[in-house]
Amino acid sequence: MAENVTPRVRVPSEASAGEAITIKTLISHLMESGQRKDSDGNVIPRAIINRFVVDFNGENVIDVALAPAISTNPFFEFQAFVPESGTFNFTWYDDDGSVYEESKEITVA
Amino acid sequence: MKTYAFAALIGAVAMTPAWADEEADLVVNGDLEITVRAPAPDHVPMSEVLSGWVFRSDETQALQMDDFDNPGMIFVDDAIETWSTVEGNAGESCQSCHGDPEKMAGVRPVYPKWNEEAGEVRTLAMQVNDCRETRMEAEPWGYTSGDMANMEALLASVSRGLPINVATDGPVADAWALGEELYYTRTGQLELSCANCHEDNYGNNIRADHLSQGQINGFPTYRLKNAKLNTVHARFKGCVRDTRAETFSAGSPEFVALELYVASRGNGLGVEGPSVRN
Repeated sequence: MAENVTPRVRVPSEASAGEAITIKTLISHLMESGQRKDSDGNVIPRAIINRFVVDFNGENVIDVALAPAISTNPFFEFQAFVPESGTFNFTWYDDDGSVYEESKEITVA
Repeated sequence: MKTYAFAALIGAVAMTPAWADEEADLVVNGDLEITVRAPAPDHVPMSEVLSGWVFRSDETQALQMDDFDNPGMIFVDDAIETWSTVEGNAGESCQSCHGDPEKMAGVRPVYPKWNEEAGEVRTLAMQVNDCRETRMEAEPWGYTSGDMANMEALLASVSRGLPINVATDGPVADAWALGEELYYTRTGQLELSCANCHEDNYGNNIRADHLSQGQINGFPTYRLKNAKLNTVHARFKGCVRDTRAETFSAGSPEFVALELYVASRGNGLGVEGPSVRN
């Protein structure tokens, strides 16, 4: 598992039915591109998060493929409609096989 | 004739006041107001002192107005972990003496300050390393290292909004005078002093960059250009290097004096660190 990887997520705790809410996510990660060389001239191997998935009550919301040009600590902000109360599940997939997960509840009044 | 028209057009573009909302107020997380404009202290020959935040683009300004959006807060989180981590032979962490980081509110605004025991002006970084060496018996951090920048960011973040208030007289008077002299001394092949850009020309453009007053109330600063926290002395080095001079080294008495003097030019501005700049 890569070092110092911390997922952070912000979802409003309440919303009204059918409202578009704004979700922000950030994961601290080095996102080593695989293009750089160390001081001895050896290529530093690629180590990035390659996929980011958000599900709501089992239904997919977004599914993102990440490429090496994406910066360190990738930040995503997007909007989603919430028809009912439920849980957002956030999943990040690392090149090294690690999976980082986070979830947030939301109540629809 | 064409040439004239072209020249006039360039002039118009260059003078467009641009991209920054210089009238905006800085409110973090919707409730923490930070002073970005203050009456100039008596020793500063300007009418008003302005935080560097004022000079940045709308988008960059917005990044600092919400802790989730502020990339510098990642480094604060790292430092919170370090705060309670025991290191060194004495078996102590920062936490074991100081308690929670929030207890350190009010520390950042008064540094650099005089240390009576050591008989020297100390920056926050020097004090942190003194703690590490004498109390924790741990290895000191590099003066502008990532660990140090993170810890400075944590200490700044708990003092956000408090006005910068460093002493300029008493035992620090000599260092302050040295700092003032350095501020107005032209260096390098370009023969530029700090004042040439940050006092005489703030608000103007230096190539594509909008010159600020060079205030350091926002340090450590997350810069979009290198995606990490930048310390005051690293910034000083960058500026002096850009005049094409040999620079003083980070942590040198000259830069400590300059930090004290530059900090005093921002007395009255709110602590912002970790701020976001371009």
